[in-house]
Amino acid sequence: MIGWRSTWSIYKRELLRFLRTAFQSVLAPVLTTSLYFIVFGAAIGGRMPDLGGVDYGAFIIPGLLMLTLLGETTSNSSFGIYMPRFTGTIYELLSAPVGVAETLIGFVGAAMTKSLILAAIILLTARLFVDYSIAYPLLAMFYIMLVAAAFSLFGFILGIWADNFEKLGIIPMLFLTPLTFLGGTFYSIDMLPKPWDTIALANPIVYLVSGLRWTFYGSSDVNIWISFGITVAFLAVCTGVIAHIFRTGWRLRS
Amino acid sequence: MEPILELSGLTKVYPGGLKALDDVDLTIRRGEIFALLGPNGAGKTTLIGAVCGLVRPSDGTIRAFGHDLATDWRKARSRIGLVPQELSTDMFEPVVRAVSYSRGLFGLPPDPERIEEILRSLSLWDKRDERIMALSGGMKRRVLIAKALAHEPDLLFLDEPTAGVDVELRKGMWAIIDQMRARGVTIILTTHYIEEAEEMADRVGIIRQGRIIAVDEKEALMSKLGRTEAHISLAEPLDTIPAAIAHFPVELEEGGHSLCYRGGDGTGRGKAEVADLTKALTRAGIDYTGIETRESSLEDIFVALLGEEA
Repeated sequence: MIGWRSTWSIYKRELLRFLRTAFQSVLAPVLTTSLYFIVFGAAIGGRMPDLGGVDYGAFIIPGLLMLTLLGETTSNSSFGIYMPRFTGTIYELLSAPVGVAETLIGFVGAAMTKSLILAAIILLTARLFVDYSIAYPLLAMFYIMLVAAAFSLFGFILGIWADNFEKLGIIPMLFLTPLTFLGGTFYSIDMLPKPWDTIALANPIVYLVSGLRWTFYGSSDVNIWISFGITVAFLAVCTGVIAHIFRTGWRLRS
Repeated sequence: MEPILELSGLTKVYPGGLKALDDVDLTIRRGEIFALLGPNGAGKTTLIGAVCGLVRPSDGTIRAFGHDLATDWRKARSRIGLVPQELSTDMFEPVVRAVSYSRGLFGLPPDPERIEEILRSLSLWDKRDERIMALSGGMKRRVLIAKALAHEPDLLFLDEPTAGVDVELRKGMWAIIDQMRARGVTIILTTHYIEEAEEMADRVGIIRQGRIIAVDEKEALMSKLGRTEAHISLAEPLDTIPAAIAHFPVELEEGGHSLCYRGGDGTGRGKAEVADLTKALTRAGIDYTGIETRESSLEDIFVALLGEEA
């Protein structure tokens, strides 16, 4: 049984927290995306050939979207649960008649919503620099939601695991961002010399970027079903880990 | 009276071996104010945490409103409120939003009239749109009480509600607790201030090193363990206790210049005995210049009990 009022309360509060820093939350991705388009789209992109029949400026849009999506989703979600733990306000959540479902839908749903808003902002910003069209818009939206859900869950785990601010930032900074940069955001895996094109396939982010690129342009480095399967598998693993955390109370209940 | 909370064999051993609760049995009755007293680290907050879902018990059972908290926790928790010891709340939130959030979190529909009533009863209505961070310490604590009352709990835990609060605010807090009792809320209060328990509680429990060492009605506890102490200043010093008063629990002090009586039971029997003692002194021709009497407080009993157990 899910307590929908409790879920809505958590969701609404998390979104209101996002709105408190709305200016920064919106401006930062707009600025970052604009800079990427100016540097990679206009300055370098003009000298790059089309990739798979797609203009270079348009080619990098799914990668840039994924770059922001992974970073923002993970940090929003991890921060959302870490701060109550850090300030002690989590007592209220733990003492309420609220279970794993309400908590996850509330926190993760809010993190997903924020990410979808950011994705829309990035796509609108991209439109100012590049002319592009999305081959499968509904599929693209579904895939973005799937990735946002998976990384919201991942961020939630991170926020429970972290016992200081350094740990909270270390995974996005040292792993997610580099892996996304190396995951085909700005290039096609085919462009890499051997054996790097094969080694690159060990990077899970390659599959996410590639999957989103397929929904945009109908072609990608990796088969869409593999991308889809990996994303769903990651989502399932994260859900399982969180279910275990709630069952055992790890780092939540003493 | 009908039990509202029953703890049976409740034990909590933290990783590392610290036994914070040791086979605790405790029953709380509907409508009472129960004060849980104990020194720092005695297990008071752990006990509250175990009932409120913040601490996972190692052993034992907790039943609230007839529901087993291990299996039927949703029903039980929806009727329990907690005011924590620390001022833990989102300080950036306006008061009314924070209190409304608490109501929603416990699954209740929005009720602005009820929220207004709670805020008015706690003198917070004028501050409803202020960010919590802008309020004084006493008001922040009242916000936490408002949040705990937002879902209209039947059982409320107040963990050190007046810690660090000045005397005036403390008395204000006692008035608030009285209001809650009048509304029929059962209150479990932990405190360092024995005076607070003496003022408010119907029953008192004393916890030490995770074990409940005494539980009783406040009056009964004071009656059983209370004492009267009287110091009688003598006009002329005595070398020994005269036979005429030897049957009283008295001893000489200050080189025989003062007679000290320690007896009674906290029901006033001591006072009557002191009166008999003074009559006996007069009959024996022993003159005295002053009498100072004092009834033992709950604090004396608390200290004595902890001393006996140590």
